[in-house]
Amino acid sequence: MNLISIAWKSLKQRRLASCLTAFSIALGVMLMVLVLVMFGAVDSAFTQRSIAYDLIVGPKGSDLQLVLSAVYRMQPPIENLPYLYLEQMKNDRRVISAVPLAFGDVTQEGSFPIIGTTPEYFENDYMPGRAFKIRGTRVNGLLDTIIGYEVARKNGWDIGSSFTIVHGGAESGHVHDEKFVVVAVLAPTGTANDRTVFLNLEGFYAIAGHSKPVAEVEKRLRDFYAADPERLAAAMTQIEAFRKAETEEAGAAHNHAHHHHHETPDAMKEVTAILIKTRPEAPFDSLSLTSQLQTGYQAMAVNPVRPIQKLVTGLLGNIQKALVALTGIIILVSGVGIFVSIYNSMADRRREIGIMRALGARRMHVFGIVLSESTLLCVGGGLLGWFIGHSLAVIAAPWLIEKTGLLINPWAVNPWEATLFPILVGLAALVGFLPAMTAYRTNVADALSS
Amino acid sequence: MSLLLERIRKSYREPGGNRIPVLGIQRFAMNQGEQVALIGASGGGKTTLLNIISGILTPDSGRVVVDGSDIAAKQEVVRDRFRAAKIGIVFQTFNLLPAFSALENVLLGMSFSGRGVDRAFAKQLLERVGLGHRLHHSPQKLSVGEQQRVAVARSLANKPVLLLADEPTANVDLANQQLILDLIRDTCRDHNVTLLMVTHSSDVAGTFARVENLKDFNRPELCLQEQSV
Ligand SMILES: Nc1ncnc2c1ncn2[C@@H]1O[C@H](COP(=O)(O)OP(=O)(O)OP(=O)(O)O)[C@@H](O)[C@H]1O
Ligand SMILES: [Mg+2]
Repeated sequence: MNLISIAWKSLKQRRLASCLTAFSIALGVMLMVLVLVMFGAVDSAFTQRSIAYDLIVGPKGSDLQLVLSAVYRMQPPIENLPYLYLEQMKNDRRVISAVPLAFGDVTQEGSFPIIGTTPEYFENDYMPGRAFKIRGTRVNGLLDTIIGYEVARKNGWDIGSSFTIVHGGAESGHVHDEKFVVVAVLAPTGTANDRTVFLNLEGFYAIAGHSKPVAEVEKRLRDFYAADPERLAAAMTQIEAFRKAETEEAGAAHNHAHHHHHETPDAMKEVTAILIKTRPEAPFDSLSLTSQLQTGYQAMAVNPVRPIQKLVTGLLGNIQKALVALTGIIILVSGVGIFVSIYNSMADRRREIGIMRALGARRMHVFGIVLSESTLLCVGGGLLGWFIGHSLAVIAAPWLIEKTGLLINPWAVNPWEATLFPILVGLAALVGFLPAMTAYRTNVADALSS
Repeated sequence: MSLLLERIRKSYREPGGNRIPVLGIQRFAMNQGEQVALIGASGGGKTTLLNIISGILTPDSGRVVVDGSDIAAKQEVVRDRFRAAKIGIVFQTFNLLPAFSALENVLLGMSFSGRGVDRAFAKQLLERVGLGHRLHHSPQKLSVGEQQRVAVARSLANKPVLLLADEPTANVDLANQQLILDLIRDTCRDHNVTLLMVTHSSDVAGTFARVENLKDFNRPELCLQEQSV
């Protein structure tokens, strides 16, 4: 029999007190684990490189909003960029890939965002080193869509399903007439792509009501290219041609439903954001691009991670620290409970300690037995709490994923958790020390005569 | 020789600073395998003497030679290890640890010797004291007599050279008294263990070939004489 099993026996002897104190430690650890799992999910979703692009280009405005809408698809877009600008980006020698995103609509069922993009989006990795896995066929028709894993799961859709979309957010209630068809489903990515419906940019433009009045587009172009008269002039030529064609068409008294049959010029098209990959061998390209955009046009380039990172580490980081500290205090108080429980038991155990010493146990042995007791309670309670905490996370994960869109990994071990157990051992040593000293100092002859 | 005490002096110090002389023994010896009944008045110092022999207490001066080594001169950890390995002890009552079963109490006796535990031997010892069928009972479920029998089994767990028993039958009914006494004496004889048994009962003492009354060889006043020198 070793010291630990002797300690275990004596804990079993005081079953109620042992269970209660271990459980209070478990409670503290469980709460800490839950806090860490939750914040860990927020953290990994927002602060790690969850996107394999270097820059997001969007209209001038809030960089946070641009990232939230383009990467996390949590916010409706603010403004748009001219489609011509996408072409301009593609021609920039610093850019190896420029992928447009156009959005604004949501599915009628489940309110998942609809995004128009190009096949290049799926050819690029969605996260560094992670390529999309797509089940299904290529998007060919204007109404063909690729849906994210969560969309498929939640709406019970699969290849062949058809659906309708609502314009400008579910609240507006304007359901488009078009019936979209699912041609492919993405494997889970753990990103906002899981909650997105993709269609071709052409399909997006084809949706009734997506073409803006010519006057509005013209005004936007004039603002955007204010500093670049050359490009503005080129765009205006297209606009004029389009305006002429439209008036002719109206004059021919064409039926409204057919009005988008002819080709829309690029100048009339808009995108919401452009995802940019720069040459990996030239890390300063993204910096020079960013600063150039800042001055040139009514556009801006933002790092896809940094704005959120600032927010998360700044605000949420502090909340997390406060909550972890709070659970730490619970654990500490539980430690005091263990101290009281063991210390109180020492008076009753004088004779037992005397007997063990008479059997040849050394002072260090009885010291070790009492210390093992506090360690078993702290670490055992801690393990229990850790397990319960993660189990609760497993149970709650689907619900949280659904509610928040955060990808929760219920078994993810936070570095803080790794330090938790050494800390618990330290706590055990701290609260076990005094009772252990009492055992150590026990006068054997006196203890045996009592 | 199995036990030799020479010029033992032991006095307790009262909180006030007074010294209470308890033991002043010039020489006391026992041969290997010998069995001695130690009698004497209450408060005479018998328990103190046993504690000194087992190394639980140290004398103020003198030699305590057990199995060839002077344990009084050794450090506490050495005395602890020595006691675990060489000396078995049976107290008057409450010998057992309540959290452990009969068998575990015996195994516990083995676990501090540094030689590892021998379950088979522990069971054998319990069978020997007639408790082979109650191995896994906790002490609370055993009668006082049965508890004492477990204590006897435990005291022999490390195959000691010396067994110290402090009134092992004082709280036991008559039938068990004889049984326990026979057990202790027979097993000591079987294993050639030296036995020093404190008893108040003249019946018990009467069965021993050698009976020593502490007052016959203990002169506590020797402590004071030496102190004044
Ligand atoms: N720790 C101590 N401090 C002071 N005096 C003590 C201490 N232990 C024992 N004594 C005293 O020493 C004397 C001898 O005690 P001891 O217990 O050895 O006697 P005993 O012969 O075993 O008595 P009994 O037959 O009643 O068990 C007693 O007077 C006792 O009061
Ligand atoms: Mg006594």
